[in-house]
Amino acid sequence: MTNPVREATQAGPDYSQLIEAARVHGSLYTDPRVFADELARIWYRTWVYIGHESEVAQPGDYVRKTLGLQDVIMTRGADGQVRLLLNRCAHRANLVCEAERGNSKSFRCPYHGWTYRNTGELIGFPFNQGYGGKGQIEGELSLAPVPRVGSHRGFVFASMAGDGPTLAEHLGEAAGEIDRLARLSPEGKVELTAGWLKHRTRANWKLLAENETDGYHPQFVHGSIFSVTASPIGALYSDKSIAVTRNLGNGHSENDLRPEFRRVGEPMRWFGTTQDRVPGYVRAMREAHGAAAEQILVEGAPHVMIFPNLFIAEIQVFVIQPVSAGECVQHSTAVQLAGAPELNRRMISQSVGSVGPAGMLLADDTEMYERNQRGLAMLRPEWLDLRRGLQRERVDERGLKVGRATDETAMRGFWSHYLTLMEAA
Amino acid sequence: MTAPAGQDLDLRQIELFLYREARYADEHDYDAWEALWTDDALYWVPAGGDLTEPGAQMSVIYDNRSRITTRLNQLRTGRRYAQSPPSSLRRVISNVEVLGREGSDILVGANFMLAESRDRGVEFWAGRTTYRLRIVNGQFRLAAKQVLLVNRDQPLPTLAFLI
Repeated sequence: MTNPVREATQAGPDYSQLIEAARVHGSLYTDPRVFADELARIWYRTWVYIGHESEVAQPGDYVRKTLGLQDVIMTRGADGQVRLLLNRCAHRANLVCEAERGNSKSFRCPYHGWTYRNTGELIGFPFNQGYGGKGQIEGELSLAPVPRVGSHRGFVFASMAGDGPTLAEHLGEAAGEIDRLARLSPEGKVELTAGWLKHRTRANWKLLAENETDGYHPQFVHGSIFSVTASPIGALYSDKSIAVTRNLGNGHSENDLRPEFRRVGEPMRWFGTTQDRVPGYVRAMREAHGAAAEQILVEGAPHVMIFPNLFIAEIQVFVIQPVSAGECVQHSTAVQLAGAPELNRRMISQSVGSVGPAGMLLADDTEMYERNQRGLAMLRPEWLDLRRGLQRERVDERGLKVGRATDETAMRGFWSHYLTLMEAA
Repeated sequence: MTAPAGQDLDLRQIELFLYREARYADEHDYDAWEALWTDDALYWVPAGGDLTEPGAQMSVIYDNRSRITTRLNQLRTGRRYAQSPPSSLRRVISNVEVLGREGSDILVGANFMLAESRDRGVEFWAGRTTYRLRIVNGQFRLAAKQVLLVNRDQPLPTLAFLI
């Protein structure tokens, strides 16, 4: 058998040798050359989640975000349009925006005072005679816009590639899961306005992306919090659960918990409550959705990983920011639903308890990621095993691969898409 | 402990209470630490952002008395992996000042520096703590503790110990 590691040292990694149907090579998580290839072939090419339109609600609002290693300003112009600009002055490459967020019609570079409109257009530079007077360079220099920006129900995505699949093509079957989340708002709108926790993680970003829809780990990693709170969540990921793991295509995947919630058939059970505890919300939902409300309130929120960096976990949104082969940052916030004040405060309270650096769920996931990363330094066995549930995988009525709640169907979908992107020259 | 009730506040007595609370946290003495809190307790580690509406935004920790118990019970299982094995901790508290009174509660401010060692490596934590102390049956109790990390606007590593 060939040794993929040795061959890889000669001409860059050969991804077809490192990714198989049911196992992947450990170097994919540790090799800086792989990380460099990922920046070029994934982060700076495919659609990547950036932020939510509700974070820049008013004209002039801006917030700093990341796209791969890029520092990006997400800003809303006077025309209402949301734009993404790379945070780099066209003169000497200084950061033009230092504040995390704010409201401004323009960005002024502190180094030599070059000023840009929040559309990116260069509108002024001091001592302009040095450039032959006003109007000589404005048309030529600007803040660099991210080539393609798209949004779906307020979720803003971007691609550094000038062309390629559309956002709708990229999202594919995952778009419906974002729709399901928005539908839980009586006004059909998600808002991400509760602020973000930023959790520094000494592990490769893919360990997180894979774990988000791994239904095998919760009973073990989260057994401590499930046991002390008598949480019903663990049962959703038991060996007997009728929930499923679905490969949504394009690297996206979900833990579809609806079969379990339908079996119980109680509205608001997905939120750990009953309808009499949130009467205003239930009334607003029945008014907005009529007969369809019952099903929506029973089925609850999605649990979906959208390749490569957006994870919607029922009432939380996570964003994965890669830093290096061995480090990333997890951003997390509580979902807020327009027209659902009864739910919003509770979603924040539950999320603060669960996620972020001190979260009673996520701190343990992160401990696992970091131990995984340290374990990956061991040279044998070379591979990570992804075969769980392969023999019982089926294709559903939508033509999508489906596994049991604890199966690794999602990870196999992730890696299949990853390979396609990494092999595209 | 000598109760300072009805007398001028004795800063030394306050310091000794803060040191004891810190020692219980450093040594993972969960029972002793839990017993310091009042029933209306608030244990709050804000994230970046303003501090005006904690219920409307994300915090690193925002525990009422019941959630403090949940947090400690999770640690007590021994399967809270982010603290199993527990971090080795030592903190220094300094610049202790009485900031004022709110009703019968005493507001105290202090700075801290904390070294945390675990397999992942050594983390250095620092910040400003504001305590709300109450004298109950002649003993200081902790009604609120707000920890403002100096780097709270930056990505933070896992913070699963008692800070």
